[in-house]
Parts: sequence; structure tokens; C-alpha cells
Amino acid sequence: MALIVEGKLVEDRWIALGDEAPLPGGDPIIVSLARWRTERDELVGRGGPLGIRLHSDESPAQIADDLKHFELVALEFPAFRDGRAYSYARLLRERYGFGGEVRAVGDVLLEQLLFMHRCGFNAFEISSEHPVDDWVTATSEIGVWYQPTGDGRETIMAMRRARG
Amino acid sequence: MYRYDEFDRRLVDERVEQFRRQVKRRLDGELSEDQFKPLRLLNGLYLQLHAYMLRIAIPYGCLSAIQLRKLAHIGRRYDKGYGHFTTRQNLQFHWIKLEETPDILAELAEVEMHGIQTSGNSFRNTTTDQYAGAAADELEDPRSYCEIIRQWSTLHPEFSFLPRKFKIAVTTTPHDRAAVKVHDIGLRMLRNEAGENGFEVMVGGGLGRTPFVGKVIRDFLPKQHLLSYLEAILRVYNQLGRRDNLFKARIKILVQQTGTEKFAKLVEEEWEQIKDGALQLPREEIERIASYFAPPSYEELDAQVPEFEAKIAENPDFQTWVKTNVFPHKQPGYAIANLSLKPVGGTPGDMSSEQMDAVADLADLYSFGEIRVSHRQNLVLPYVKRADLYSLWEQLSPLGLATPNIGLTSDIICCPGLDYCGLATARSIPIAEEISERFDDLDRLHEIGEVEIKISGCINACGHHHVGHIGILGLDKAGEEFYQLTLGGAADEDASLGKVVGPGFSGDEIVDAVETVLDTYVSIRDEGERFIETFRRVGMAPFKEGLYPK
Ligand code: SF4
Repeated sequence: MALIVEGKLVEDRWIALGDEAPLPGGDPIIVSLARWRTERDELVGRGGPLGIRLHSDESPAQIADDLKHFELVALEFPAFRDGRAYSYARLLRERYGFGGEVRAVGDVLLEQLLFMHRCGFNAFEISSEHPVDDWVTATSEIGVWYQPTGDGRETIMAMRRARG
Repeated sequence: MYRYDEFDRRLVDERVEQFRRQVKRRLDGELSEDQFKPLRLLNGLYLQLHAYMLRIAIPYGCLSAIQLRKLAHIGRRYDKGYGHFTTRQNLQFHWIKLEETPDILAELAEVEMHGIQTSGNSFRNTTTDQYAGAAADELEDPRSYCEIIRQWSTLHPEFSFLPRKFKIAVTTTPHDRAAVKVHDIGLRMLRNEAGENGFEVMVGGGLGRTPFVGKVIRDFLPKQHLLSYLEAILRVYNQLGRRDNLFKARIKILVQQTGTEKFAKLVEEEWEQIKDGALQLPREEIERIASYFAPPSYEELDAQVPEFEAKIAENPDFQTWVKTNVFPHKQPGYAIANLSLKPVGGTPGDMSSEQMDAVADLADLYSFGEIRVSHRQNLVLPYVKRADLYSLWEQLSPLGLATPNIGLTSDIICCPGLDYCGLATARSIPIAEEISERFDDLDRLHEIGEVEIKISGCINACGHHHVGHIGILGLDKAGEEFYQLTLGGAADEDASLGKVVGPGFSGDEIVDAVETVLDTYVSIRDEGERFIETFRRVGMAPFKEGLYPK
């Protein structure tokens, strides 16, 4: 598994913490929503970087008021067909103003990277032998889009207006 | 018609190249069929019983003569010389080779066409009135709004992996020819008291194994909010629609299980958050798109056309054709001409490459180079001078495209069924063919009058049987095909779902059963009453008696 963040191949510094695993000192950890709910005080009190992983049936609306505690939100794709997290990512960015890492995990197809990026994901766990090349291909194959999203890319409508 | 600008073109061209690389990886064995399947489906390529099927989008049913010629060419060069028009106003080729698909898509891109999103769990082709731009009773041309929706829904980053496919239809006339009430979203234009046009929004209509008529969730949506409102509906559906069961994944089930009022509330709450954002449609943008659909350069003509009246008087065959296949036009001296793709004994919706070429030429000659596809699987020439109708008819006849049966018994909607489709439980085309042969007598056809027969080869209901005045559903009982008959369905502004009349019929009996139903109707109808009106007046009983005598 390779991790692409902001278009670059990086070493994953985050530990995906099981629900039963003991809390490590100050290491960056990613916990489940369930664990966040039961151990909220310990997790906040611990002081180290904190991330949360949401299943595809867990909307970020449930943690909207807690987002200040997280540097990372991982959204799960249990199967590439399950597209709920596209909406979740847009809500995180555009509605709740989350500025940390939004990571796509699970069944993440290369062909979906551009859609994900447009929705606000900036980190991707992909299985690929040439992750950077694949990333570049996936996000440059199609270079125009109609829909305004929070990613700041210029839409066709804006380009038309600029052209006059 | 809409024409691509450099941005639309770039998107489609890039898409073709992307698919070319994907096909190459598949052919080189880098991708397994499992991995390739979602990719090909995003481009309209299905694997069917005998070969690949490629479905080509015809946005809201509008075709230029140039595009139709290209389709003719593709049929000839890459298929068996014909194509099949569908109830989504699209065209399918059923005998396609995988390795040739990139070239086909490249050829299509040359004429601003593609197969994007003609399959898969995302937006499908938005459909509308086949008479758009020509019908006398429209508030506005619906095509502008369809095009606005087309752009917004093409490769939408958030909604390309919905729980299930998603269909939107738009109508701007009081009489609904686009079946908007049986779509995931139906939009019906109305004028409010202030004299402004907007949309009534319906959701959750649809056919398939659990058919529903759509529910109104908003009485009046101002035009500038069209896209934000659609986005709000889709965002609710994308998050809450069921993904655990394919058969419960359409938005109609979500609406039903949530309750219409509560669903509407969820949509309104979401919409409140985004309605004043980037999706607002400035008036200039609506006008810019509408300018593509400006009326063609009509001649100033008299409404009365003596030479046309004379031809009607002297030629009864022409008169018959005019009566059923010609529809009034908003422009004086012009008419809308329907070309029937339902010849006696033929496959509904099939068209040969020769016919396509010929119709393209006729469209250039008589209809400003424009053709429409109707959801009832016929073609339309939308801008024909009344004075030209006779010559048009004379040329259509030898092509087999002048069958005077639009709206009549043999104008059957029919899915491909077991002859092509891997999901089918029974054949549907042969039933349609047999009905049209049984009712090949024009006098009898006209005597019976307006009736809609719709046939599906399985419970997925691609042939819309639930909303046929007479619906036929092909099923399988212990290896034998048998057919369930429903009566009383309708897809227009008075949409209703047909009811099963009783025990099913074998393949040998079903056409007799249809005949019995129609004979019963003729014997009990009031003066001037259409089949559906009689049915609504008398109910099921007389038909049952005829079908199952004690
Ligand atoms: S109704 Fe059934 S048989 Fe007919 S095309 Fe649809 S899936 Fe195939």
C-alpha cells in the first residue's frame, strides 16, 4: 500500500489504532468513531496528533463539533461502488471548514482519484507499483470539469466567462 | 441545437483517450474483467448474451443529420448494419467488438457524441418531450434546462458512485410526453402567480420491481436554483440511499421508507445551506444556453396550406398518415412529423443504417437538419413545412418509415428481452412483432384508436410495462415463458400503475389475450372514449370476464 499526500509519495507516520490496542504516548494515531466516543477525554488529554476513521455509514456530521481535535479524517470506501464518502469529504471541507488531512482508505481505484480530489480528499492509500506516476495520470487524464466544488479548480462555466 | 465549445469537446476527447488506454490494458491482460468492468460501464459498454453492447447517449433525444449519418456509419462498419433506439432516447449497438470500441468512441466524438454515463450507478441521459421547441403548448423550450442538467451531471465528482442509476426527466407542457412522474426526479415547468416560470419537483417515481409514481416535494422552484436543488436531493440520496440491497437502492425506496414529507425536509435543509452558493444559475447563463436552442429560420407562412389540403383530400393513405403521425406545430405553416419505427412484424426501435442515412438526408431537406428520438422509440422531424409533408411521406413510404400507427396498438414500447439481454426471463420482441402482425389492418387499428402497449422481458421493466395502458411482463415458470398482463397504467400527467388482470398467459396465448382486451374495449366504450378512459370508467371486471370466461 502506498500513501500519496498532496501528490507526493510519503511515509505513513500515522498509526491505525485498533479499538483494543493500548494508547501509545505522543505518536500520531487514528481511532475509530466508537473509540472516540468512549475514550474522548483520554484521547484529548493525551496530547499527541489525533485522527479519526469513519466507516461509510458514519457521517462526519456526527463529529462536526469535534473537528478541532483532529488533524486527520480517514474516510472509508468499503467497496469502490460505495460513494458516500464523496459527499462526506465535501461536507468536511465546504460545510465544516476542516483544513486537516482527508484521507481515502479502503477500495480506492486509480480511476476515482480525480473525483476524490475534487471532493476534498488530499491523501490516498492506493495499491500501485508506480504511485506517483499513477497519481499524475489519474489527475491529468481529464482536465476540464463542469461542477463547482470546494477544491478551487476553475470550472468550465468560469472559463467561459473569462473567455467572454 | 446545442453545439460543443472547446471545453465540452476537450472533455469528451480526453475521455476517449482515457478509455483507449484502459481497453489496451484489458487486452494486454493488465486488467482483469472484474477490474475492467466498472471502467467499461462508465463508458456505456455492456457485456451481453452474445456480444458487447454499446449504448450511445443522445442528449434529451436531439440528433443532427450529421450525427445520424455517423450512427449509420458505425452500424455499418462496426455492427450488423442496424441500431436500436431505447426508451431513454438513446441508441444501442448490440454486436460490438471490444477492441474496436475506442475507435467507435473517437468517431462519435468527432460529431459531439459519446457513451459516457449510459450505464453505471450515476446520472443517465436526461430525457424530455420529443416535440421540444416545436410544440404549441410549451411554456419554454425544455432543452435549455436539459442541457444545463447534462453539463452539471456529466462526470459529477460527488455523484458518480450513487447507490443506483439515476434518471431525470423534464417537461414544460401541461400534457406530459416525457413520463416525468416515473423518473427518479421529474421536473415539470409551471408559471406562478407572479408570471414567473419555475419547476414543480417530483422524486421517487420509477418502474422496476417496485414501481412508484413520483411524489411532489416542492411546488415551485425558481429557475436559478435548479442545480442547487438537484444537488441537495442527490446529496441526501447519496448519503442515505440503501447500498445493502441492489433492489432497494433506487431513490424511490428511500423516499418511501423515509416518508415523502421527511424526505422533502431533509432536502430543504440541505438546500438552505447551498442555495446561494456557486451553483446558482445567473439569468445570463440560462439565456446563453437557451440561445443554442433559438428557433430555426422559419419562413413566414400562412397557416392554411391549400396544396396540402388538396393532397389530403385526394390520397386516403396520406390522409391516414397525417391523422396519426403529424402533430401541430407552434409556427404557422409548419408541422411535426413522426417517423414510426414500428413496422408490421418489425422489432420496435430498430433502424438500419440505410434508413438512418435516408432520414438524415430528409432532415436536411425538410427539417433544418434536426431529428428527435422519442421515449416511445420513434423518430421525429420537428420542423417540417406543411407544404412538404406530402413529399416527405412519399419518400418515407418506400423506406418502411411511414407506418401510420403513432399512438396506436402497434406502436409498442418493447425492451430487447431474451433475444439480447442477459437478465431477461422471457422474449419480448417476438410478442411485439406478433401483435403488430395481428393488428396489421389499418382500418381496425384506427377503429381501436389510441392505446399504449408496453412489453418488458423481465421484472426490471425496461419496457415500462407498469405504465402501459396494456402492459405485458415476460416471466419464466419452470423453464417456460409466460406473460403477465396488466391494465390501466399510464405515464403522462395522470400517471398510474397498471394492475395485474389475473393468471398469466403462455407465449401462444398472450396475443389472443391482448386481442380479447381490445375487442372488449371496442364493444363497451362510449362514443369517442379512449381505451384508458374506458378502463378508468368500468374497471377491471369486463376485461376479466372476457379473458377468463367461466
Ligand atoms: S426489462 Fe429485463 S429483459 Fe428487458 S431489457 Fe430490461 S433487464 Fe433486459
